Amino acid sequence: MFEANHYPEEVNVALSDFLLRMADTSLVLGHRLSEWCGHGPILEQDIAMSNLALDLIGQARNWYQLAATQLGQGQSEDDLAYLRDAGQYRNLLLVELPNGDFGQTVLRQFFFDAYHFHYLQALTESGDENVANIAVKSLKEATYHLKWSSEWVIRLGDGTEESHRRMENALRELWEFTGELTTPNASDQLLTIMGLTPDLNLIRPLWEQEVQVVLAESTLEIPNRSWMQKGGKNGVHTEHLGFLLAEMQFLQRAYPNCEW
Amino acid sequence: MRLPLVVGNRKGCPYENIEYKMQKNNHHIWQILESVHDPEIPVLSVVDLGVVRSIAQNETGLEIKITPTYSGCPAMDTIALDIKYALEQAGYQSVKVNLVLQPAWTTDWLSAAGKQKLLAYGIAPPVEPLTSTKALFGAEPIVSCPQCGSEHTVMLSRFGSTACKALYRCEECLEPFDYFKCLR
Ligand SMILES: [Zn+2]
Repeated sequence: MFEANHYPEEVNVALSDFLLRMADTSLVLGHRLSEWCGHGPILEQDIAMSNLALDLIGQARNWYQLAATQLGQGQSEDDLAYLRDAGQYRNLLLVELPNGDFGQTVLRQFFFDAYHFHYLQALTESGDENVANIAVKSLKEATYHLKWSSEWVIRLGDGTEESHRRMENALRELWEFTGELTTPNASDQLLTIMGLTPDLNLIRPLWEQEVQVVLAESTLEIPNRSWMQKGGKNGVHTEHLGFLLAEMQFLQRAYPNCEW
Repeated sequence: MRLPLVVGNRKGCPYENIEYKMQKNNHHIWQILESVHDPEIPVLSVVDLGVVRSIAQNETGLEIKITPTYSGCPAMDTIALDIKYALEQAGYQSVKVNLVLQPAWTTDWLSAAGKQKLLAYGIAPPVEPLTSTKALFGAEPIVSCPQCGSEHTVMLSRFGSTACKALYRCEECLEPFDYFKCLR
């Protein structure tokens, strides 16, 4: 589906790092959402989460295919998804966290969607047309996801005493994992200079604005804490990712090259 | 009954009028593609759906480019196989079906005939959202009931039985129905 663009070695390494992060993040979040299948609080929302998962896994496939093309080492999208260990995964920490209750899943989704929407919007202007094309496609889906998760954060935050309490818990659990979304690493910095990806420092105020509006509407208070977790982008993960991969990669590990 | 049909402006669409284009070029191939149906909404052909991006014929064979409706649409593999099979059955050799992302699919690519077929099938076709509304997250469209035509409907869920649909209910005749959601 893609033809490789040629960049200096250093830039291509950074670009591959970025592509794998986009792919891993969507795949891991898609996998987490798929864990809800058959367990949702009501049928419609069970289906909604499966649909979100489907979109994200579809987007992950596009990013993996492009990553494989740019890496140029003959790997397939499946090799990249199923044959790398946790330390090689580049996903954001937020998306590997366990689902918790429905409120926590919804809040995690909202934090991610608010970042994803604004980041993809900026990525549609990428100097790499393959990246821009995937962003254009993904943005249409992310826009819809953001509506869904915003509505549910408001409904549960501004809902019953019980749902409000659960959302407060979720906020306490998740907040320290949101800083990484808009904190650039060395690859981001180089790619921004090259005009291939937007400056994440410019995405941060857009994310904050989105979060302020929705949390205010939800009667939830933004935690007064500034210390943030980081590491996912550089392959340093929580203890949860290994368990997730063990399940997700089981088939390819147990039966190498097995196909449907 | 007012038909909730909007013939969208098919921005970036290389064949604004498929019927016209079919008469001009590759008429026979377009006809065959008309017989290949979306496995999830079998009332629509892949031409109605607007996922065929190009047809290229040369000495080495035939290449059809298609684009996914949604990134994770599980029907794309089947659609690609069905297209290849239909064309080979019709005598074309070395048929290749490749996926492209550009120009990205939106519901503006649905043909007018396709929208009518959806409605007849009981699925409300996509409608443009209204521009003025107090809704926090932008406008919601007024979706008419495909059974009785009433505009008195409510959204039950943003997501439905397939990636391209949402679930609605008519407050007039009380029937639930699928809405082919507007993607831009
Ligand atoms: Zn009705």
